[in-house]
Amino acid sequence: MSVQTFESWRNKPLDEIFYECRELLEDMSFPTVRRWRESGGKVIGHFQVYFPEEIVHAAGILPFKVRGAQIEAVQADSRFGSYLCSILKTSLELALSKRVELEMFVTHPICDAARNLGAVWGRNFSYPCQILYLPQNANSPAAATYLCNEYARLQRSVETITGRPILADDLRHSIDIYNRNRAFLRALYAIKRETPWLLSADEAYVLVAIGGMMPREEHNDLLEAVLPLIAARQGRKQDKIRVVFEGGFCEQPPLDLIRAIARSCYVVDDDLLIGLRWILEDVASEGDQLLNLAIAYLEKSSYSPVQHDLRKPKEKMLIERIRNSRASAAILTAAKMCEPGLEEQVAYLHALDAEGIPYFISEFEEKMTTFDHMEIQLETFVENILFS
Amino acid sequence: MSGPQQQESIVGRGNREGADLFRQWFCELNRIAEQGGAAAYVFVMGSMCEILRTFNLPVVFPEINSLQTAVRHVSHEYLNQAEDYGYSPDICGYVKADVAVQLGGGKHPMGRIPKPSIAVLTNACNTYIKWAEIWDRMYHIPVFTLDIPGTRAANTQTWPGDPDFENDRRYVQAQISELIALCERVTGIRFDIDRLREVMRNANEMSRGWKNVLEFNKSCPSLFNALTDGTIYLGVANGFRGSQEGGHFFSNLVEEMAFKAARGIGTLTEEKYRLTFIGVPCYPIFRRFNELFTEWGGNFVHSTYLWFASGGANLGFEYDLSRPLESLAEGVLISVRDAMDSMFYQDRAIIEMVDSYHLDGVVYHPVKSCRTTSTGMADNRRSLMAARDIPSLFIESDMMDRRVVTEAQMKNRIDAFFEGLASRKQQQAAVR
Repeated sequence: MSVQTFESWRNKPLDEIFYECRELLEDMSFPTVRRWRESGGKVIGHFQVYFPEEIVHAAGILPFKVRGAQIEAVQADSRFGSYLCSILKTSLELALSKRVELEMFVTHPICDAARNLGAVWGRNFSYPCQILYLPQNANSPAAATYLCNEYARLQRSVETITGRPILADDLRHSIDIYNRNRAFLRALYAIKRETPWLLSADEAYVLVAIGGMMPREEHNDLLEAVLPLIAARQGRKQDKIRVVFEGGFCEQPPLDLIRAIARSCYVVDDDLLIGLRWILEDVASEGDQLLNLAIAYLEKSSYSPVQHDLRKPKEKMLIERIRNSRASAAILTAAKMCEPGLEEQVAYLHALDAEGIPYFISEFEEKMTTFDHMEIQLETFVENILFS
Repeated sequence: MSGPQQQESIVGRGNREGADLFRQWFCELNRIAEQGGAAAYVFVMGSMCEILRTFNLPVVFPEINSLQTAVRHVSHEYLNQAEDYGYSPDICGYVKADVAVQLGGGKHPMGRIPKPSIAVLTNACNTYIKWAEIWDRMYHIPVFTLDIPGTRAANTQTWPGDPDFENDRRYVQAQISELIALCERVTGIRFDIDRLREVMRNANEMSRGWKNVLEFNKSCPSLFNALTDGTIYLGVANGFRGSQEGGHFFSNLVEEMAFKAARGIGTLTEEKYRLTFIGVPCYPIFRRFNELFTEWGGNFVHSTYLWFASGGANLGFEYDLSRPLESLAEGVLISVRDAMDSMFYQDRAIIEMVDSYHLDGVVYHPVKSCRTTSTGMADNRRSLMAARDIPSLFIESDMMDRRVVTEAQMKNRIDAFFEGLASRKQQQAAVR
C-alpha cells in the first residue's frame, strides 16, 4: 500500500521543513495515522521501547509507535491507580479518546507497568491486544531461537489482521527499507556528534520521532532530503558543553524541555526513542529473516534500562556513550514514577562519580509545561563546568 | 488422645509450626552469615529452590527480609538509608530495604543475612531484574535470570503439545540446564538427578497441600485468614520449598483444615462477611490493618497474594519424576505464568470465586511500592463490577513505606465499606 501521509514538507527550505515536522509531532490528532486509515489502511500500535516493525510493515500495515502524548488522561485515569508514570495513562487515552484507532495493540515486558498495560488495553478494546515477550535472558544461547519463534507467533497474529500470509519477499523488502532508515538515523546522529552546531537537540529529536507515526518509506524520503541540507547549513560553533542525555528510552520529555537543554548544551548523543535506533547495523534480509531480526535484537543492539544483558552493564555502556561522543558531562533524567529509569540513575551516578564525569540529575514528565527552574539549574551546572 | 486434647493439638498447629520453621530458617541464615558463609538469593515467584536445594544451597528471599522490617516497624530506617544512597522514594520499598540490609553488612531484625554467592531470579516481576543487577554491582556474583514467558493475552494460555507452549518450554528447559551448570561451578558439587527427584517429590507434596488448603477455605465459616495465617503459610511455602519439612508442614496443614472443616471451627467467633483481598498486604500496620476488617466480622477467605507470592504453587502442579528436567520446565512455566496471570489477568478468577467462596466483598489494595501488582487493579475492578454485583473497596497505601499509610483515613473508608455491606445484607434479607 502506497499512501503519502505527510507531504507538507516537500519543496520547502530547511527551517520550514523543521517547522512542518514539529507541527506534525505536536498535533495530537495524529494526522498521518488518520490519512493512512482514510485510505483504507490498517494500524498496529506497539508500546515502547523496541518492536520489530518490519513484520507489521511487511503485512502492509502501518506500525504506530505508542509513546504517550501531551494530553490529559481524562478517561484513562480511572483505569489506573496512583504512583504510575504518565506515558501509560496517556497512551491508553489516545485509544480511548479515539485520537488513534488501531486493529491491534502490542506491549512488551519492559517494566511492571507496561506488562499490565496489555491486560488493561485488552479489557477495554475488542481488537487483539497482546504482549510480545522479548527475552530477558539475552545471555542464554537459547534466546535467539526462542525469539525467532516468538516473532513467528507475532507474524501469525499480524496475518490474521490482513487475512493474507506475509511472504519472504515482503519481509525482505521491509527489512531493506528499515535498514535504509537505520542508516539515515546513524547519519543524523553522526551530525549531532561531529557537528552539533548544525543540528540542535530538538531538531534532531523531531526528525527521529515522526518516524514512529508514518510509513518508513516516507520517513526515508524525508531524511534523504534533509540530511544534505543540514550538512550544508552555515552554523557556527558556540560556547556550549557537549553532553549526553540519558533517560528518554520510554516516556518522552516535552519538546520544550529538549529545546531548553539545547539552549545551553550540545546534546551529542542520547537514548531518546532508543527503540527506533535499537538495532545498530543492517539486518540481513536473506535467509531466515525472523532469525536475523532476533539475532540483531540480541547481538547488534544498543542498551537500555529495560533490557537485561550481562554483557551490557548500563553504567559501563553510558560511560562508553559519553566517551564515544566526546561529551564532557551527562544529563541523567528519569520520567517521574519510572521505576527502571529511577533505579538506573543510582548506578549511573555512582559510576560517573568514580570516573569523575560531571552530571546533572533531574526528573521529567511528558505533561510538564514550565522549565524555567530546570533551565536555571542547568545553566548553573554548565557555567560550573565552563569556568572551573 | 481425647477430643479436646486432639483439638488443642491440631487447631492452630499450622501457625505454631510455621512460626517455628520460620525462626529456624532465620537462625540458620544467621549462623551461616556469622561463619562467613553465603547463600543463594532468590525471589518468591520462581525461586528455583528445586535446583538450588539439589546443590545444598541455603536460600535467602530478600522480599521476605524486607517485609519483615515493615512488620517489625523498622522499615523506615532502612528506606531512609537507601534513599540517602540515591534511591528514589518512588521505587519499590522491598528493593530499598534490601539495599540498606546489604549496606549494613546483612544486619536485619531477625539476625544477620548471609551475603549472596549466586542470585537466581525470574522475570515474573521486572523489579527482580533491576534488583539483581544491584547485587551484581555490589558483589560481582553470578546472576542468573530465568526468563519465563507469560500469557500473551487474556484467556490464551497454551498447554503442553501446543507449538507455542513447546517453544516456551524448550526455552525454559534450556535455561534450567544452564542454571544447573552454573550451580555446579558455584558449589563445586556435581549435579545428581536422583537428589533432584527427591527435592521435586517434596515440592509435589507441598504443592498438593497448598492447593488443598486454599480449597478448604470455601468452608463456611472460613478456616483461616488469608491475610494473616496465609502469610505464615506462604513463608513456609517459599522458604521450605523442596524440603522434607516443607512437604510435611503442608500435609499437616491439610489435616488441620480437614479437622476444622469437619467440626465447623472457624477462624472468627462470628463470621459476618467473607472477603477476598487483592494485592500485597499493608505490612507497616499488618496486624492493625487486618483488625480494621475483623472488628466488623469480616474475614479474608482468600487473596491473590496466596497465588502470586507462592509462585503459582496454588495450581498444585505435580512434577513427573520419571522425566524430571522436562517436567520441572513445564511446571515452572505453568506455575510462574499463573502467578503473573493472578496479577495481570486476575479479573476472571475473581469473578468465578465470588460464588465458590461465597464472597460478600472484594478489597483491592494497590501499593505505591509495587507496580506489578497495582498497575492494573483499578481496571480489573471495573471488569469485576461490570460482571458481578458485588461490593468492592479500593484503598491505596504501601507494603513498606509508612509515610503513605494513613490509618485514620483507611479506617474511615473501611468503616463506610462495611456499613454498605451491612445495609446490603439488610436489604437482601428484607427481599427474602
